[in-house]
Amino acid sequence: MREFFFNLTWLIPIFPLLAFAIIILFTQKNQKLSHSISIGAMSLSWLIGWGVAFSAFATPHLGEHPFRLIAPWFPTGATTFNIGIWVDPLMAVTLFMVTFVCLMIFIYSIGYMGYGTEEVDPNYSRFFGYIALFACGMLGLVVSENLLTLFISWEIMGLCSYLLIGFWFQKNYPDPNKITPRQAGLKAFLVTKVGDLFLLLGILYLYNQAGSLSYADTLFNQEFLHQLAHTPALPIFGGWSAASAIAALMFGGTVGKSAQFPLHVWLPDAMEGPTPVSALIHAATMVSAGVYLVARIFPLLNVVLEVDHHNPAMSLIAFIGAFTAIFSSIIAIAQNDIKGVLAFSTISQLGYMIAALGVGAYVAGAFHLITHAFFKALLFMGSGSVIIGCHHEQDMMELGGLKNKMPRTFWTFVAGGFALSGFPIITAGFWSKDEILAHAWHEFMHQGVVSWPFFVWLLLTIAAFLTAFYTARQISLTFLGKPRSHHAEHAHETPNTMTIPLMLLAFFAITLGFVGIPEEIVGHGNNWFHHFVGHEYPATPLSIPVMLLSASLAVGGLGLGWLVYGRKPLAHGEMDPLERGMQRIKLGWLYEAMRNKFYFDELYHATFIQGSLKLAEVFYKIDNRWIIDPIVNLAGRVGVALAEFSSFLDSRFVDGAVNGTGKVVTILSRLNRIFDIRVVNALVDLVGKSTQYAGGKLRSIQTGRVQNYLMVALVTVLMALGLYLIYLS
Amino acid sequence: MSFPFLSIIVFSPIVGALIITALPKEKHSAIKTVALVSAFISMLLSIYVFFGYDQAAGGMQFEEQMQWIPSLGISYHLGTDGISLPLLLLTGVIIFCGVLISWTQDDRPKEFFAFLLVLVAGVFGVFVSLDLFLLFVFYELAVLPMYLLIGGWGWPVTREYAAMKLTLYLLVGSVIALVGVIAIYFEAGIGTFDIMRLAEVGFDTGFQYAFFLPIFVGFAVLAGLWPFHTWSPDGHVAAPTAVSMLHAGVLMKMGAYGALRVGMFILPVGAQKWLPWIVVLTVVNVVYGSMVAFAQKDFKYVIGYSSVSHMGYVAMGLTTMTVVGISGASLQMFSHGIMTGLFFAVVGLIYRQTHTRQIPELGGLARKMPFVAVAFIIGGMASMGMPGLSGFVAEFQVLAGTWQTYPVIAAISLIGIVITAAYIMKVSYKVFFGPLKAEHEGISAASVIEKFVLFIMAALLIVVGLYPSILLNVINTGVVPLVMRLR
Repeated sequence: MREFFFNLTWLIPIFPLLAFAIIILFTQKNQKLSHSISIGAMSLSWLIGWGVAFSAFATPHLGEHPFRLIAPWFPTGATTFNIGIWVDPLMAVTLFMVTFVCLMIFIYSIGYMGYGTEEVDPNYSRFFGYIALFACGMLGLVVSENLLTLFISWEIMGLCSYLLIGFWFQKNYPDPNKITPRQAGLKAFLVTKVGDLFLLLGILYLYNQAGSLSYADTLFNQEFLHQLAHTPALPIFGGWSAASAIAALMFGGTVGKSAQFPLHVWLPDAMEGPTPVSALIHAATMVSAGVYLVARIFPLLNVVLEVDHHNPAMSLIAFIGAFTAIFSSIIAIAQNDIKGVLAFSTISQLGYMIAALGVGAYVAGAFHLITHAFFKALLFMGSGSVIIGCHHEQDMMELGGLKNKMPRTFWTFVAGGFALSGFPIITAGFWSKDEILAHAWHEFMHQGVVSWPFFVWLLLTIAAFLTAFYTARQISLTFLGKPRSHHAEHAHETPNTMTIPLMLLAFFAITLGFVGIPEEIVGHGNNWFHHFVGHEYPATPLSIPVMLLSASLAVGGLGLGWLVYGRKPLAHGEMDPLERGMQRIKLGWLYEAMRNKFYFDELYHATFIQGSLKLAEVFYKIDNRWIIDPIVNLAGRVGVALAEFSSFLDSRFVDGAVNGTGKVVTILSRLNRIFDIRVVNALVDLVGKSTQYAGGKLRSIQTGRVQNYLMVALVTVLMALGLYLIYLS
Repeated sequence: MSFPFLSIIVFSPIVGALIITALPKEKHSAIKTVALVSAFISMLLSIYVFFGYDQAAGGMQFEEQMQWIPSLGISYHLGTDGISLPLLLLTGVIIFCGVLISWTQDDRPKEFFAFLLVLVAGVFGVFVSLDLFLLFVFYELAVLPMYLLIGGWGWPVTREYAAMKLTLYLLVGSVIALVGVIAIYFEAGIGTFDIMRLAEVGFDTGFQYAFFLPIFVGFAVLAGLWPFHTWSPDGHVAAPTAVSMLHAGVLMKMGAYGALRVGMFILPVGAQKWLPWIVVLTVVNVVYGSMVAFAQKDFKYVIGYSSVSHMGYVAMGLTTMTVVGISGASLQMFSHGIMTGLFFAVVGLIYRQTHTRQIPELGGLARKMPFVAVAFIIGGMASMGMPGLSGFVAEFQVLAGTWQTYPVIAAISLIGIVITAAYIMKVSYKVFFGPLKAEHEGISAASVIEKFVLFIMAALLIVVGLYPSILLNVINTGVVPLVMRLR
C-alpha cells in the first residue's frame, strides 16, 4: 500500500499541469468545465498527496531511508541530470499541507471570481488555468528529488506569481502613484528574480563540488557534507567553509521568494492580485517554499555546526529572519488595507521560521511552516470574503460592524487571528511559535547574552506582542463596532463555496498544533511532529517561563488591541488612535514612516531602478555616440578617404600616364611624317581608342561608392594571397 | 563512396539559385517554389543526417573527400560531428522558415531568393568543411550575398551604412583569422589545409600563443564579441526579415563555430592561455548587451542587442573549456538561433502591418494577432531562461561550466538574466498588451504560412526545453573529445 502511493507521487504535479494545458488550449470558453477540470485535477493531486503523506507517516525510519524514484533527463559529459521524486518526512508534511490548502483555495476561487453572478470575471477560465499551473510548480517543488528540478519548479512559481498578481492587468488607478496590478506583478517577478539568481549560484557551486544535484548525493550524503564543511570556500567568502557559502547563496533565493528583508518590497504590492492568489501564493505555498528550501538544505547548515560549533551562514539567516519579523510587524500596525496588514504579517511570520532555522530549530521552523500556512490562508480567504461581502471595499477604516452580517467569516477569521497571535493552548500558532521561542531561549541560555539566539529570542518575543496587537486591531476595525461606510452597511455573507473552505481551514488552525506538543507535557514519545520530522535532532526542551511569557504576550497584545480599537469603536473619518497618541508624544513622523513602509520602495526606486535605467542609457551611448561607433565610423571614414586618395592618384598619375602615352604617340606621329600615314594613323587610332575605352572602364570602377572600393580591395587581397600561396608551393 | 548527403545539403541551395536565375523575373511563385524546394531538401537531409548520426561511434561521419588543389594540399573534405550537427539542423530550419516568411516578398524576388540561397549554401558549407581553405571559401560565399541583400532590400534609412559596416567587420575579421590559418599551414609543414590532420600536429607553445588570438578573435567578431559587436544590431535592424533571421540565427553561429573548430580545436594550448582573458569580454557581452537592449525604443534594436547578450553566453561557454560549458554553448547556439529567428519573424510581421517598430507607437496587438503574441512570449520566455524552454538548459549548463572555471564571472553574468527578464517583459507588455492604437484597428492576423513558421520555431523551443537530450546526446559526442584535447 505504501509503495503503491509512493510510486504514484510523480502524478501529483502532473494532474494540475494537464489541467492547465487543457484549460488554456481548449476549454477557455466554458467556465464551468474549466473550473471543474482545475478542481478535479487538484482533487486527484490531493487524494494521492494525502495517500503519500499518510503512507509516509506510517513508514518507520523514513527519515533514514527516504523513498526515491528517478529517470534520466539530460546528459552532460559523464554525469546525467535526473528527474525524480523524493519522499521523506519534511516532504510528507509539506505535501499534506500544500495539497489540502491548494484544494481549499481552488474551491474558494469559484465564489471569489464570481461564478454564476453578473460580476463573474471575464477571464474566469484562464484564472483556473493559471492557478493549476502554479499548483504544478509548487507540488513539483515539494516532490523534487534534486535541486535542479526544485529550481525549475521555483521558477514556474515565479512566472505564475507574475501572471496572477497582474491578472487584472488592465486595471488602472486615478492616482498615478498607486501601483497597478501589472506593475506589481512585474515588481514581484524582478525582485524575486534577484533572489533566484543567488539560489542559482548556490546550486552551481554545489554542483561544482558534488558533480550532482541529487539530494541523495549531496544533502543526504554525510561523507560529502563533512568533506564540504572542511573545504574552504572561495576567497570572496572570507574564511567560510564551502558548505556555509553554498547555504548562504541558496538562502538568497529564500530572501527573494519568502520576501525577507531587504527583498521584502514585492510582497505588499503583490496584494494587487485576486485574493485567492494572495492566500495561495503569497501566504500558504510559494512564500513558504523559501522556508522549505532552507529546511531542505538544513543538513548543509547543520554539518558546519557539528564540525565548527559555529556557522556564519546560520548567523546571517538568524539575523535576517529576526530582523524581518520585527520590522514588518511594526509596519503591519500602521496599515489600513485589510490585505496589507496580512501581507506584512506574512512577511513577519516567515521571518519567524527563517530565524528558527537560523538558530538550529529545524523542527520548530518546519512546524510553524505548516501551521502558519493553514491559518494565514484562512485569514487571507477571510479577508477576501470580507472584500466580496463589502463590494470590494478593502480599507478597514471604511469597514466595521461585520460581525453579525458575516458571522461565518467573522468566527473563522477570529480563529485564524487567534492562531496567528499565538493564543494559548487552543490554537495551532501557539504551539509552533512557542517552540521557536523556546528553542532560541534554550540556545541563548547556552551561549550567553551576547549571541544570536538572544537577539533572535528578544526580537521574536517583541514581535509576538506586536502580532497580537495588530491582529486585535484588524479584527476590531473590520468586524466590531458600527459600519463606517455604505458598503459595510450593505454587506452580505458570501456563498458556501467560500465559507466552507474557511471552516475547514479554521478546524486545522485550531487543532493542528496538537501534533507537536512538547514531550514534557504529553509524555515521552508523544510529540508526533518532532518524532516524525526531526528525531535526529534533539527536541526543544519545554521552558515554562518562555511559555508563560509568550502566552501572556499573546493575550496581552490581543487585549491591548481590543482596548484601543475594540472597546470604543472608531467613528467614520476618525483618526487612528495610535496615530493620535504617537502624534501627541511627537512621534507622528514615525507613524508616518511605518505607514509608508519605512520608505523602502522610494529608496529602491531612486537607487536601483533609476540607476539601472541610467546605466542602460550610458551603455547605449557608449555604443552609439561616445566610443565604439565613433571609432568604427572614424575607421570607415579613414578608409573612404584613403580610397578617395587612391582614386585621385589614379586619375592624376595612372590615367595621366595612359593619356600621356596616347598624346606622346600622337605627337610623335605628327612629328614623323615620314611614316606611312595610314600606319601611323591606325596606330594612333588604336591607342586612342583603347585609352578611351580603358578610361571609361576605370571610371565605372571609380564610382565613389565605398563598397566598390572595398570589393576591389578584398579581391586584390585575396588574389595576392592566392598568388603568394601558389608561389610558395 | 557513400551517398554524398552533405554535398547535397550544401549544393541544393546553389542549384536552386541557378534555376532561379534561369527563370523569368515575373514568375514570382515559380521562383519562390524553387527556393522553397531547395531549402526543404537541405532541411530534410540535415534532419536525416542529424538522426542518422551514429552516436555510439562518435567522431566525424558522413565524410566526403576529393582532391581539389593537390599542389597546395587543398581538398574538398566534408564531414560532420556532434558540434556541427545541431548547427546544420538549425540552418536547415531557419532557411526553410526564412523562405516561407518571405513568401510575400514581391520586390525583385528573383535576385532576392537567389542571393538568399547562395548565402545559406555558404553557411552550410562552413559547418561541414573539414578543410580550412574550403571553409574560408564558403565563409566568403556567405558574407557577400549578405551585403547585397541588406543593401538592396533592407530598411532604406540605414541599409547602406549597416551593410557597409557589417561587410567591413566580417571581412576584416575573416582576414585576421585567415592570417592565422595561413600561419598554421606553413608552421605545420605537412602541406595540407585539412583540419583533422592539422589538429594532430602538436604546434609548439609559442606558436599557439601567438596565433590562437587572431584566429579566435577574427572569428569571434562574427559572433558579436564585445567590443566588435556594433555591426550586428545595425545589420540586423537594416536587414529584411528573412535575412535578419539568417543573420542572427545562423551567421553569428558561424563565428562561434569557427572560433571553436579552428581556434580551440587546432590550437588547444593557445586556448588555455587566452580564454581566461577572453571570458572577461564575454561577460561584458552578456551584461552590457542586455542593458543596451533595455535602453532601446526600436523593437528590432531590442532584439538585435538581445542577440549580442545571448551570444555572450555562447562565447562564455566556449571559454570555460569544460564539457558542461561547451555543451551549453552548443545548445545555446541552437536555442538562440531558433529563438532569435522567431523574434525577427515576429518583428517583421508587425512591421509589415503597422509600418512602425517604435515601441511607444505599438500596443494591444495581442487582440489582433493572438498567435503572434503567444509565439513571441514563448520566445521571450526562452530568452529569459524560463525552465521548460531550451534557453534554460543551455544557460544553466553554460553557467555551471563558468562557475567551475571562473566563479566571479558567472556571478556577474547573472545580472544579464535580470535585465533580460526586464526588457522582455517590458516589450511584451508594451507591444502586445495595453491599449490598442486607433490606427491599428484595421490590421489583420498572421497568415497560415506565417503561423506555421512561428509554430515550428516555438515548438522547437519547447521540445528542446523539455527533452534536451535530443540535442545533448549528439552534442556530447563532439564536445567530450574536444575537451580532452583542451586538458
